[in-house]
Amino acid sequence: MKDITVKATDEELNTVIAFVTEQLETVDCPMKAQMQLEVAVEELFVNIAHYAYAPETGNATIRTEITGETAEITFIDSGMPYDPLAKPDPDVTLSAEERKIGGLGIYMVKKSMDDVRYEYTDGKNILTIVKKLV
Amino acid sequence: MTINKNQNGETLTIAIEGRLDTVTAPQLETEVKASVDGIKELIFDMSKLEYISSAGLRVLLSSQKIMNKQGKMIVRGAGEAIMEIFDVTGFADLLNIE
Repeated sequence: MKDITVKATDEELNTVIAFVTEQLETVDCPMKAQMQLEVAVEELFVNIAHYAYAPETGNATIRTEITGETAEITFIDSGMPYDPLAKPDPDVTLSAEERKIGGLGIYMVKKSMDDVRYEYTDGKNILTIVKKLV
Repeated sequence: MTINKNQNGETLTIAIEGRLDTVTAPQLETEVKASVDGIKELIFDMSKLEYISSAGLRVLLSSQKIMNKQGKMIVRGAGEAIMEIFDVTGFADLLNIE
């Protein structure tokens, strides 16, 4: 298990992505799964950066448990209690004019991961994604 | 991300290389807004685009809305990984993909 704690800001996105991809590369993660995991990590981290502490800022911890078989990544913040999974899915059949862009990030996470779990414990939002690599 | 623009009359081709993410998407949005005046055909060349997240999709959506008013928008050269994202999000139907 590894973890990294950074300030939850857009500027730290590349640090977080690099932290995860370096580990995925050591287990020969398939390219498609790697892309899906990178998108999931970006969407979830950026959500924390934009909303968890707004208008203030705070920290986010990203904890990884990556084996050859699965990648489990947990996002922890101490911001406002917020379960992104409770949000209704966007209607992805609408035309450009009717489209609202909100919720698309979380929707992609739900669609591409094998499991997504949320809990609020001890004042912390804890969101975990699991992706099978084989 | 690298952006290359090539204008030919009322056709503007924007080639995007690298990663279109939360950090880089605002640059693309600025480029589109600054150069789309009088353009009837906007082409995004994605043959060298490696990655796109919802922030990138947002820029494509706003560009599509602009072009719906003044002409058309075409997405060209998107690779397998990018197409997969378009499929999951319904953008495969919403965009004009060649």
